[in-house]
Amino acid sequence: MSDATLGPDSTVTANSTTDGGANRLLEVTDLHTTFSTQHGDVRAVDGVSFTLDRGRTLGVVGESGSGKTVLARSVMGLLPKRGATRSGSIRFEGAEIADLAPKKMRAYWGQQMAMIFQDPMTSLNPVMKIGNQITESIREHLDVDRHHAQEMAVALLRSVRIPEPERRLGEYPHQMSGGMRQRVCIAVALACGPALLFADEPTTALDVTVQAQVLDLIAHQQSEREMATIMITHDLGVVAGRADEILVMYAGRVVEKAPTTVLFSEMRMPYTEALLSSIPRLDQPSHAHLATIPGRPPNLVSPPPGCRFAPRCAYVQDRCREEEPPLVAADAPGHEYRCWFPVDPPTRRVATVPATGTPDDGGR
Amino acid sequence: MPAVPPDDSRVPGPGEGTEGSGSDLARFAEDSLTPGMAVGQSQLYLTAVMTDGKSRSRRLSLGAWLAIGWLGVIVALAVLAQLGLLPLKDPNQSFTSCARLGPFAKEGSASGHLLGCDSNGRDMMSRLIFGAWSSILVSTGAVALGFVVGGVLGMLAGYFGGKVDTVLTSVFNVFLSIPGVILALALVAFLQGAADNTGGQHGIDPKFILVLALGIVSIPLLGRITRASALTWSQREFVTAARAQGAKPLRIMLREVLPNVLPAMLSIALLGIAVAMVAEGTLSILGVGVKPPTPSWGNIIGSERSSLADSPHMIFEPALCIFFTVLSLNFLGDVVRARLDVRESSV
Repeated sequence: MSDATLGPDSTVTANSTTDGGANRLLEVTDLHTTFSTQHGDVRAVDGVSFTLDRGRTLGVVGESGSGKTVLARSVMGLLPKRGATRSGSIRFEGAEIADLAPKKMRAYWGQQMAMIFQDPMTSLNPVMKIGNQITESIREHLDVDRHHAQEMAVALLRSVRIPEPERRLGEYPHQMSGGMRQRVCIAVALACGPALLFADEPTTALDVTVQAQVLDLIAHQQSEREMATIMITHDLGVVAGRADEILVMYAGRVVEKAPTTVLFSEMRMPYTEALLSSIPRLDQPSHAHLATIPGRPPNLVSPPPGCRFAPRCAYVQDRCREEEPPLVAADAPGHEYRCWFPVDPPTRRVATVPATGTPDDGGR
Repeated sequence: MPAVPPDDSRVPGPGEGTEGSGSDLARFAEDSLTPGMAVGQSQLYLTAVMTDGKSRSRRLSLGAWLAIGWLGVIVALAVLAQLGLLPLKDPNQSFTSCARLGPFAKEGSASGHLLGCDSNGRDMMSRLIFGAWSSILVSTGAVALGFVVGGVLGMLAGYFGGKVDTVLTSVFNVFLSIPGVILALALVAFLQGAADNTGGQHGIDPKFILVLALGIVSIPLLGRITRASALTWSQREFVTAARAQGAKPLRIMLREVLPNVLPAMLSIALLGIAVAMVAEGTLSILGVGVKPPTPSWGNIIGSERSSLADSPHMIFEPALCIFFTVLSLNFLGDVVRARLDVRESSV
């Protein structure tokens, strides 16, 4: 049903080649994820479609609560056992995996797709040695003995640039700093050589000083292993230089998607514009007020009837409040947006985009 | 110091600003984790040191030491007495001339019996030490049963949730709604009857029936604790992370959840031993505890309770034994919990 409504243009590849053949790794079509709560059904992901080719990076950007994390977990099949329903199609290497039972999914988890979680403080088991946490999945999936697994763990720790990896194997997570732990998490995720890596706000919980290191590390591993990555973040600056394509999400829906350079130079959706202008810039005078988006994301139990961003949009018109805009194609190939009154491409802002930094940098 | 990581963070990315000092600082922070500790790391390092074996004893309080000492002495005496290695009088031999005599007794103390004699003239010290064996055996046996069965059921309920949880929790609640002693009483009567019918009186040790009855009573207690703890730990991110790496449920339960749940289970189990010990005494007073003439702390109190006014030593001595043991176990339970909590609280 979705294919018909979205049309052939809607399948945007993260890579510029248009053939969807052997290079296509992941194809998500009309994915819906709903959580049933006391207040009603929360439509956390509401009809999201995208594709991803091998070795490419897809950035998923949006505010807290826009459905980014749920999207990643839905694709991976890691939703809570109860209260969550998922529909739509997820094709991984051409095979439909949306209907697979957890037992069957286990063959994909770790080996084919892996995830780096937001908070390395909570995504490592506090009572298990680092070494065991890494060798655990190696021994689960690959047919190697304890000694060999240990060697692989050392190599992995070394590849994520942890000094003295042999000694680290015997340590517990609380003996490491946040940045170190996130490296361990990356090592765990990479252990079985996945073809697809989900990085769910991998730097949000980290010190600003190590954020770039961790992102570079992921990028480095990605190019070395020819691994596709879905990078989830609320910070456009994080994906600006790293993603091949960016998906902007709002209230469970894709509101704009485009190849990265196109998105920054030709953004049409007011939400994308607002997200970008809320990033502090170095050329601003010190103590300048940061631009914010007024209001909060809508209640996903009963989203507003029209455009979901309408209540907060600076350019809102009557039509926006009544009719939800469809995802329409823009001029550039692969660029789509969901807006009745798109903003003008912000050509004047192009120059400053690559220099965007983290909030701390802006304050100086 | 290890070599500086090669090209990591050389190129300041968008997350890092333009000046190079930020990445230098980061590199320093990361590297300083190894031998030369930065100030901020020293605290982490300290807790790390404190959790390893050597320095554990340093942090034990005097009370904890006394508790461990008392429990150690009691267990050692009980075991040695069973092996016949202690110069004790036969706990079932009557010295009729000494009956009811002892410290604080109206009729004076008994010579040759340090702690006096009971109403049948049996040596109290000997009966207390042999009684310790029964009391310890029954209470630890019962809690061990509750620990294993309650632990498994609680883990299943907490990890799988849903219908499994609903059913198991309801069963636990039904059992918990019956007063423990009454349930134990009923179970002893029932199990005793069943044992008599099938195996005959000589077939089954009455202590085993007590262990079974008190064990069944303790299953829902430990089950509930394990379930609650397993439930919270199962929802932690690292369990999802393990799932995302393809770990099977059994593996997640045993390797990820159990080690985190164990501290709570252990500290409750230690308290449970104390409760079981008291419960065994209560059952003895009601006449269904350890069968006389085999002594247990509980049945000594039970059989001598009418003589409290005249010969208080016969009641007070076993009562003090129970008191100190229960106190020690409580203490130890707290120590275990505090000790095993270190990892979480230091983070």
